[in-house]
Formats: sequence, structure tokens, C-alpha cells
Amino acid sequence: MSAALYGAVIAEHFRRPRNQGALDAPDAAHEDVNPLCGDRVRIELRIASDRIAAARFKGDACMVAVAAASLLTGMLEGMTLAEAAAFPEARLLEALQAPLRPSRVGCALLPLRVARAALRGRP
Amino acid sequence: MNLRGDFPLLARPIAYLDSAATSQKPRAVIEALRRFYEEQNANVHRGVYRLAEEATQALQDAREAVRRFIGANDASEVVFTRGTTESINLVARGWAAKRLGPGDEIAVTALEHHSNLVPWQRVAQESGATLRLLEVSGQGSLLPFELSPRTRLLAFSHVSNALGTVQPVARLVRAARERGAAVLIDAAQSVPHLPLSVRELGCDFLAFSGHKMLGPMGIGVLWARRERLEEMEPLLAGGGMVREVRDDRATWLDPPWKFEAGTPPVAEAVGLRAAIEYLEAAGMEAVRAHEADLVARLLALLTEVPGLALYAPSAERTGVVSFNLEGVHPHDLAAFLDLRGICVRAGNHCAQPLMRRLGVSGTVRASLHLYSVRAEIEALAAALHAARAEVGR
Repeated sequence: MSAALYGAVIAEHFRRPRNQGALDAPDAAHEDVNPLCGDRVRIELRIASDRIAAARFKGDACMVAVAAASLLTGMLEGMTLAEAAAFPEARLLEALQAPLRPSRVGCALLPLRVARAALRGRP
Repeated sequence: MNLRGDFPLLARPIAYLDSAATSQKPRAVIEALRRFYEEQNANVHRGVYRLAEEATQALQDAREAVRRFIGANDASEVVFTRGTTESINLVARGWAAKRLGPGDEIAVTALEHHSNLVPWQRVAQESGATLRLLEVSGQGSLLPFELSPRTRLLAFSHVSNALGTVQPVARLVRAARERGAAVLIDAAQSVPHLPLSVRELGCDFLAFSGHKMLGPMGIGVLWARRERLEEMEPLLAGGGMVREVRDDRATWLDPPWKFEAGTPPVAEAVGLRAAIEYLEAAGMEAVRAHEADLVARLLALLTEVPGLALYAPSAERTGVVSFNLEGVHPHDLAAFLDLRGICVRAGNHCAQPLMRRLGVSGTVRASLHLYSVRAEIEALAAALHAARAEVGR
């Protein structure tokens, strides 16, 4: 169903999500909901010398949000904090390689919103 | 009942199963709007020329149509608002907020649409009153309840927007009366689908929207008993609602005008009247029977889909069915159905507290109206079988 709906990339990342799980004592973490549907995504980050050493996500969410979280966490790993904080929405949407309806763009961007909040809120 | 030709939008090759969100409009309503603007458009109330008098009369005729449709005694008990949400907020701010205080209780059910919950949360927070939710089962049916003696207001939906289940109005109203509490009924999902009369319901306030009952968006109704309207303060102050204005103060007109500050939505009221006349011509008993017949068929078809969970399948209901397909997020399922031209709503249906009690983040909801046909529900059932076959692929 996922491939027919959203293309091969989302289908692949929904079926085999990368970086799903939690970190022991993460350096930054945030969790938020998609007001459209109540989907919840949590992202945890390990930070070492101003770089993201590891990123994990948990989410009870739709195919689009899960695939976006899977892709995003992979892309964040290795980035400097400045790069991660400035990660553009367009880059994530491009990586998903699917023309999303306007109503579903928010699903794709939920993980990015959560990651940004985690970076802003880190102690 | 086959009225599809009356609804221009239904010429599109879709199965429109989202009437609980908004209904489609018959040509008679669209024409009424056009005719008003082409032939009668003028501002109401203060005009002494004939055209303005005609527009004023059109507004009053719409009020009278609403009165007749809901079995009210007097058209002056009919207040035009922007919709159910504004109607409920008018009661919350204009009536409840000033009369309730610490120790008082407001009761609502746990299956309310957010528009019949959040305004009461605000009243409770600001007045110090306590908000109580009457609990529902894991299938969304109202559990036995007792209202506290301090209950001052009971607010509940006649029909659940998320599940389509008809609530036990008589039991709820009786319980409120025993405590001397006022009753507000959110009738957004009942007025468009069932015959009803405020005299029989026995409530103090009835709130509903025009756009779910074949009328235009942007107009709704608050009906209230005369005594309640006398007690209620307006939400908005300004022109059109005042009797005499001094430098430092003003006196207000009588209800309903004191609640309708500013230029009212006259064209929308005219459209609402046309919608009411359309529904009256179809007959609300016939509307209910048509939807009951289709929804029974729909439930039977859905029961045959493996892995499909139905919510409150055996409850008394209108033409609304909520479900989930095992292993598929409601929005993904709705997107899949959309590829086949099937319009359904997915998500929490503005009823997050109910979704938590059902143990889900959301559901997919199919909802009917008098123009719905068998082919649409059969298309839905076929598409759900196809979705089932694709799960995991």
C-alpha cells in the first residue's frame, strides 16, 4: 500500500525504519504531536563535540511521518549543531521523493519540528 | 431517495462520504444565494427604502424557517451565529461564565466534539467552577452516571460526530432537571439528519450549523428559551444590537438582535432557509430512513472486511460509521481511499478525549446524507478489501 501511495522511498523507510528506538541518557530529546491527527513522534540525540553523534526516533505515526523520521535521523547524524538547527524543510521533503498533498506535508515535517525543538531545548 | 441531480458538485466522479464534516449543497441553495445578491442585496434593519426592507424581511423569513424546522415557539428565540462553535461559545461566555463560580459544576460527556468541551474548560478555569466528564465505554457508549447536586449546566451532543451514535437525550435531560441544571444540546450532527423539536427535547439551548444541513458555510443557530436569552449577555457589542447609545453607555435591543452585532450574514440566512425548505420537501423522516437503510448496508459490508474494527457497530446511529483497518494508520487509509475517489475523514475528529478512551489516535469515518447512494458505500467496501490485500506490501 505504501509504495502505491507515496512512492518507493517512503515505502522502504516505513517498512524498515532506520534509527528507531531510544538512547541511554540522551543529550537532547523532544516529543510532540501532529495536531492534524494526534500522531506522536519523539526524537533523542547524542551530542559529542558540537556534532550529532546519534539520533533515534520513536513514533506511533502514519507512513509519511515514520519514513520522514527514519530519513531525517539518518541525515542528522554527523551534522554539526549549527547545520542541524538550520536543516531546511525542503531538503527533507526532497529526500522523501514523493509529491505530498498539502494536507500531508505536516506529517513529513513533524520529525523535523521535533528535532529542532530538541536542539533548542538541550541543556 | 435519489436527489443526486439536485447537487451540482456530485457530478464529480467521487464517492462523497464526508457529510458529517460538511454537506453538499443543492442547486436551490446556491440559487437562493445568487438571487439574493442579484435581486435583494441591501443592508438590513435601518434602511427605510423598499430594497432594505426586503432584505430585512428575508432575514426574518429565514429566522421563521428555522423556528418551524426545530419546533420552537417563537422566532425571536432563534439567534443567528457563524456556526455551532460560536453558538456554544455565546452560551459559555454570555451565560455560563457570569453565573458560575467555585463549587458549581459543568457536566459534559467524554465523547464531545472539542467545540462542546474547550469552551467549558475555559469557563471552568476562569470562573472556578468544576468541569466533569461523564464517562464512556471503550466502544464510546455513555456509561451510567450521576450528576452532582451542584451541577448548573449539562452540555452534550445529540449525535456523536465521531461515531454517529445517538445519545440518550431523555435520560440526560431528566438527570439535569432533577438537579435544576440547564441543558445545552450540541445538535450539529442531529438537526441535519433527524426530525426533532426543541419542545420535545426539553433543553434550554440548542446549537447547530447551517453548512452541515445543506446550507451555506458561515451561518449557524443558537436557539434558547426566552428566559435564558434574557439572562444572557452578548459576545459582541456594536451596531445593530443597541437601543440607545449615550456618550458613555448604551442599552441593548431585545433578543435575538442584541446577540447579532454588526451586519448579519443575510445571504447565508437566505441560503439556510432554502436548505430548510429543501429538507422539509424531502421530509426529515424520509431522510432518517434513507440514511438508516444505507448505514445498515454499510455496516454489513464493513463487517465482511477482515481486520476491520468498527466502533459502536450496534448502537442506534445516524449515517456515520467509524472504523480502523488493522495495521494501517487512518490517514494512510484515507489517502489510499482518495486514490479511488472516495472522500472520507480520518483522524481524531476533534474528539481527542474520546479517541483516548477508544484506545486509538484516530479513526476513519464515513458519513452519509440524503444524497448518498449505494454505489458509494459499495465502492468504499471494495476499496477496503483492496486496502486489506495491500497491507504490508
